Amino acid sequence: MTFLPKPRLHHPSLPTNGLGFTRRDYEGAISTLCAGCGHDSISAAIVRACFEMDLPPHRIAKLSGIGCSSKTPTYFLGASHGFNSVHGRMPSVLTGANLANRELIYLGVSGDGDSASIGLGQFAHAMRRGVNMVYIVENNGVYGLTKGQFSATADRGAKSKRGVVNSDEAIDMVGMALQLGATFIGRSFSGDKAQLVPLIEAALAHQGAAFIDCISPCVAFNNHDGSTKSFDYVREHNEAVNQLDFITGRDEITVEYAPGTVEMVRQHNGSVLALRKLSDEYDVHDRVAAMTYLQQRHALGEIVTGLLYVDPEPRDLHAHLGTTATPLNALDEAALCPGSKALDKLNSSLR
Amino acid sequence: MFTPIQRVNDFVVRFANVNGSGSASANTLFGKAIMRMGVPVAPRNIFPSNIQGLPTWYEVRVSGAGHLGARGGTDLMVAMNPQTWDQDVKGITPGGYLFYDSTKPMPPSKFRDDVTVVGVPLTEMCNREYKDARQRQLFKNIIYVGALSALLDMDAAKIQELLAEQFKGRDKLIAANVHALHMGRDWVLANLDCPIGLRLEASDGVGDRISIEGNAAAGLGAVYGGATVCAWYPITPSTSLAEAFTRYCGRYRTDPETGAKRYAIVQAEDELASIGMVIGAAWNGARAFTATSGPGISLMQEFLGLAYFAEIPAVIFDVQRGGPSTGMPTRTQQSDVLLCAYASHGDTKHVLLFPEDPHECFVFGALSFDLADRLQTPIFVMLDLDIGMNDRLCAPFAWDDTRQMDRGKVMTAEELEAGKDFGRYLDVDGDGIPYRTYPGTHPKRGAFFTRGTTRDRYARYSEEGVHYVDNMERLVTKFETAKHIVPHPIRQDAARPTTFGVIYYGSTSPAMSEAVGLLEEQGVAVDLLRVRAFPFHDDVNEFVAAHERVFVVEQNRDAQLRALLVNECEIDPKKLVRVLHYDGSPITARCIADAIVDVVSPQPVTPVRETVS
Repeated sequence: MTFLPKPRLHHPSLPTNGLGFTRRDYEGAISTLCAGCGHDSISAAIVRACFEMDLPPHRIAKLSGIGCSSKTPTYFLGASHGFNSVHGRMPSVLTGANLANRELIYLGVSGDGDSASIGLGQFAHAMRRGVNMVYIVENNGVYGLTKGQFSATADRGAKSKRGVVNSDEAIDMVGMALQLGATFIGRSFSGDKAQLVPLIEAALAHQGAAFIDCISPCVAFNNHDGSTKSFDYVREHNEAVNQLDFITGRDEITVEYAPGTVEMVRQHNGSVLALRKLSDEYDVHDRVAAMTYLQQRHALGEIVTGLLYVDPEPRDLHAHLGTTATPLNALDEAALCPGSKALDKLNSSLR
Repeated sequence: MFTPIQRVNDFVVRFANVNGSGSASANTLFGKAIMRMGVPVAPRNIFPSNIQGLPTWYEVRVSGAGHLGARGGTDLMVAMNPQTWDQDVKGITPGGYLFYDSTKPMPPSKFRDDVTVVGVPLTEMCNREYKDARQRQLFKNIIYVGALSALLDMDAAKIQELLAEQFKGRDKLIAANVHALHMGRDWVLANLDCPIGLRLEASDGVGDRISIEGNAAAGLGAVYGGATVCAWYPITPSTSLAEAFTRYCGRYRTDPETGAKRYAIVQAEDELASIGMVIGAAWNGARAFTATSGPGISLMQEFLGLAYFAEIPAVIFDVQRGGPSTGMPTRTQQSDVLLCAYASHGDTKHVLLFPEDPHECFVFGALSFDLADRLQTPIFVMLDLDIGMNDRLCAPFAWDDTRQMDRGKVMTAEELEAGKDFGRYLDVDGDGIPYRTYPGTHPKRGAFFTRGTTRDRYARYSEEGVHYVDNMERLVTKFETAKHIVPHPIRQDAARPTTFGVIYYGSTSPAMSEAVGLLEEQGVAVDLLRVRAFPFHDDVNEFVAAHERVFVVEQNRDAQLRALLVNECEIDPKKLVRVLHYDGSPITARCIADAIVDVVSPQPVTPVRETVS
């Protein structure tokens, strides 16, 4: 019942994280999405990831475009500033925000309509530039908010609810992200919290362009027979190449791993990804091999999920530009204005 | 027989060159040398939409009286491009002068009998002196500058001074250029009657003025105004604004030891991404801008509406050019007034600033960021190609070191902690401007959702009509507030009372000032009002009310500012007379004066035959 406001009281023994926050402090308003929508599961995973990582909610900026998935930022991180911008253009707004203050954590939430059609260009350029962000595409193969048209990630041959068959080739955003130089790439499924939450945590800790393609079935328009993005279809064709445990700097590594089965990927900020390989062939450090593997598997009808590529020493846009450590929005007149003496000198040179 | 024009410090020289031939540097040198003699010059580039091989012209108006607008007509044609010879010769004022490379003989039909021909064997001189093709090409230009220096009685020492500055530290180059200069000069002194009827005399007409292009001045204004983020996409004629900002930031905003940059400049993939980045940066508390032209503004419409409705600061420099569509990319026009004033779908109104010259480009450039932050809205700084891409004499830049950035109404962590009521779209002071918070300010308070959809005063999503209307009305109140803080119009009344007024703005100003003199000669007095911003100050209404007819001078087909005046100030259109010039060349004083005289004191028509009763 979305017209009821969420009660502020919570159980006194609700667990708190390292900052003393409860999970409730990371939630937002009640969702107005359809009951059973995959996006709500992703929102829940974001809440859990931020809670478990002890992130201060107000230091996260959540941006989105337009669409069902772009509505979701209202439903999580209520204490964070949010920006629901215009269709397909979240990446540019987020890039600008990031340039203004390099110290916040940037979460960009988008959909396949928002990012693979009108927003394809901006998605590509944000990945190219290496903007330090977590870019989540909540991928359901349709335009939900406008009642079910195919999106650009719909597979060729997929059937819409009304029986229309898609004749266009699907855009594979993971493949594009690999090509464009994103330094953290994952694919998951809204129904697989065990896979999704660590992936989001690792992406949040990653200091570069982190992209997650999360298949998120649309219960209203794309969850039927003939859909390649329904709960059933995804469960049947899901091939996870690895299993990820995200370990923050302060956690003890409590799980015992059998030697040879787990790779510990140490990220720059001290966090560690414990990567259990499920496929012998898959190497998360080989971009080209990843591209080939994904193409081959796609041809066999598999949806490859997991952490697909990671560069543990990424460089982001600020590193490329050489911006100063102090956030640009915190610089004052002394730092920014050259003053009258410099101006007099310039005047002289122009006479 | 004809009378050759005889004038001191009052003539127009036009150079016809092939672009990409190295002539730009030599022609600029010519203009600057005159400026160093203390004689006001107004140089203008007329260049094609191309990189190499097409015709380009450089027009230098010399005006001891200080008239910096284009005059029309050419007194001395330096014809260095065979492609355009015929039209170049045709354009010389009767009694004028034609300078050309006399190495190859030309048939008499190529000349005019009412023009003095001055031939200098440039190619022959070059080929004798230089063996390298590139040297021949480049030094030919300096040789003709030397020749002109003798013909026009220029101070050769000033030219040498400039060469020494231009090639500072590279003594061989200085020597080579000075040598070429004297080659041309000495040849003329030895072989021709000089000076010709057009002459230069040292004067003190320049004073302490500087010469700079408007785009560079605007880029500098952005630096002084505290801009830290620039996102842009190259487009003629705005590119040099972002490039100037880049240069000045390199000089003034870079740590000399670490190289760390106190700025971020991104060349975006298109104009939509540019304005998106500007809005994102400003939302997050940085001063941000983009520079573009008409086609870019068209692309940015959706984002501009978002910035208007969500109330996010942004500065957009529009260096206008001939429209519509791709239009005339290398010609000037005041083409985007309505587009910018009403950018985006729905009911919007935006603040426009109209600088008249590079000095105001600097002042308004810096001011635009204060206005953007104070009003929490996009601010358009309307330059055009004429101001942006030509070096113009203007008052030197000044800065008050005690000046602080006006960041506008931003609620701080302390205020939030103290429990101050925060509503992102709540009007607390009655001026229509609410408080905003920067992301990341306070752990538990002050966060809100920014979106282009309707909402209540506390930024809560709402589809209720009453909330929407309340918001839209407050935006009108905000625009009223803007009226009082944007630059006022500047009024200049005639010596005697008159019922005629003229409203003008931007790059028409030098031609307008000169037109006043021309009108006086014909017994017509006009009061002037130079509009410097939109929304229009009440002074504009008062001015129109105080005159019987008011001329509105502008450089576009549809009299856009006039339309804005009628719409916004509810002025009777019959009172406002259009004076339009929009062929891509800058308007001239003659054009303005003729149009006004036509209306004010039209010449009687003499009948050819008398009717017999």
